Amino acid sequence: MFFYLIRRLIYAVPIALAVGFVCFMLVQIAPGDPINAIVPPDAPQEVVEQVRRDYGLDKPLPIQFGLWLLKVVQGDLGRSLATGRPVWSDLHSAIGNTLTLAFAASLIGFVLGCILGGLAGTFRGSILDRVAVTTAVAGVSVPHYWLGMVLVVIFSVQLNWLPAMGAGPGGSADWAWDWEHMQHLILPAVTLSVIPMGIVTRTVRGIVAEIMNQEFVVALRGKGLTSWNVFVHVVKNAAPNALAVIGLQLGYLMGGSILVETVFSWPGTGLLLNSAIFQRDLPVLQGTILVLAMFFVALNLFVDLVQTALDPRIKRS
Amino acid sequence: MNTSAAAAELAVQARQAAQASDGYWKGVFKRLSRDKLTMFCAFVLLCMALAIIFAPWIAPHDPYQGSMIRRLRPIGTDGYPLGTDELGRDILTRLLHGGRLSWFMGILPVALAFVIGTTLGVIAGFLGGKINMLIMRMTDVFYAFPSVLLAIAISGALGAGILNAIIALTMVFIPPIIRVAESVTTGVRNLDFVDAARASGASAFTIVRVHVLGNVLGPIFIYATSLISVCMILASGLSFLGLGTRPPEPEWGLMLNTLRTAIYVQPWVAVLPGVCIFMTSICFNLVSDGLRTAMDVKG
Repeated sequence: MFFYLIRRLIYAVPIALAVGFVCFMLVQIAPGDPINAIVPPDAPQEVVEQVRRDYGLDKPLPIQFGLWLLKVVQGDLGRSLATGRPVWSDLHSAIGNTLTLAFAASLIGFVLGCILGGLAGTFRGSILDRVAVTTAVAGVSVPHYWLGMVLVVIFSVQLNWLPAMGAGPGGSADWAWDWEHMQHLILPAVTLSVIPMGIVTRTVRGIVAEIMNQEFVVALRGKGLTSWNVFVHVVKNAAPNALAVIGLQLGYLMGGSILVETVFSWPGTGLLLNSAIFQRDLPVLQGTILVLAMFFVALNLFVDLVQTALDPRIKRS
Repeated sequence: MNTSAAAAELAVQARQAAQASDGYWKGVFKRLSRDKLTMFCAFVLLCMALAIIFAPWIAPHDPYQGSMIRRLRPIGTDGYPLGTDELGRDILTRLLHGGRLSWFMGILPVALAFVIGTTLGVIAGFLGGKINMLIMRMTDVFYAFPSVLLAIAISGALGAGILNAIIALTMVFIPPIIRVAESVTTGVRNLDFVDAARASGASAFTIVRVHVLGNVLGPIFIYATSLISVCMILASGLSFLGLGTRPPEPEWGLMLNTLRTAIYVQPWVAVLPGVCIFMTSICFNLVSDGLRTAMDVKG
């Protein structure tokens, strides 16, 4: 296990570097001179030349990448073109909000998915199974930004039960764990939860159905265990895979919440990305993508390690 | 063995393979025709496809021509069965026309990724060794990004526009197709008939063309069809964010975005484009599932 841990950590380094390179290239593939991503378009020519030298943009691409990387590992993601503030200062409050939203959505998706998938896998071919499978397909097929709009129409416009916008009363961007704020979380979290719900349902259904067919379950039944005790054994066998799936989903949600955040004006990384796209603020775009992707790499690593630790059957060579 | 004998033997093998696959396809269609849900979804998709292909002839109004005096009419208005949008344009007309771009942007990136990804994946799987390493490690990098984020990152950097969105979406779907193609090719490459073909003197190109592709295209194709629904949602999502299609072009995602302001005035008109995206996407998903079962592809 220890050697596996070390090897997995070492393997993550080139991936992280390559992810950094892709993010670096984002500014390079953007149409126009990359210098436009740093200085405003109306800057005088001398300033442009000065900045070009300061940033090393007159040097070859590999050296530029090295310089950029050096800054990034020191926590300097550059400055926003629109506000002039360092990218990181806007980013770190947004990340907290996105994490709150993604975590709430994963939790809802995981609980519902496990219940639906577990029932469907146990009672395969029944009405319950059909309902669960249909819900799962609908969950992965629905354009979630549209679902968000529908929920707003029903619960905010027609029924007036829940707020439609922002993360707190009066459009405040700071999160707190009280009912006022929780109200704002409900609709976006439910909207975002349908995708992991669908995927977890499918996965858990498959896993449970496969386990139920195995001989040890028959043996347990033959031994005279109650169905509750058999269920405990099934859960023990299904849990590592199910946890791995939801762990990755959390990462997908962090990246994928941009559309839902736009619909609900949720002050997270998605809204930040959206305004960066709108204003063509490339440093903010690059910084946000980089941080989210790095988070995803770390999460992948973590899920892999936890899964190995939880499941003694997995022996990685 | 001289080349003509080898060619003759290959021809025999190919004919036998063709006969065998004839029976296989008959079985597939038989199973498909019994699967009522899949047939129903395929029928819905066919109707939608016909409706959007013939949109200019069946649509009641002009998709661009608006009117300030009949903005945001409700569903069921005389002459405007699905109401009008925020610029007074007929929703039904725009939905019919918008389907063209939405379908185009849902299918084309997957088709492009299918061609590129299959090529790279089959090369990686068939040749193995260093080339496999190189191609697979490169796909690992793209796997380190959540797909939505990658699509938004690339098209966000390239800027708005249909072409840029298609490039971004194609990039997103190439790595997963490479993975599937590589794994099925590696499985096929070690089978006895490939060794037999090699022993009888067939060139690598012939082996790939006759023995490998015939066996790997099915599973990869099934996998690619399951991506169409994701691609459609992503493409509409990009337009929804203002990347992808630009106004006044009708497209379902963009229509959702511009109608979002009307959500307090005509909520049920505003959500209509999403219903279209949802219907198309769920039908593609179910047809893909049905095909997978009928063709007996695992995974």
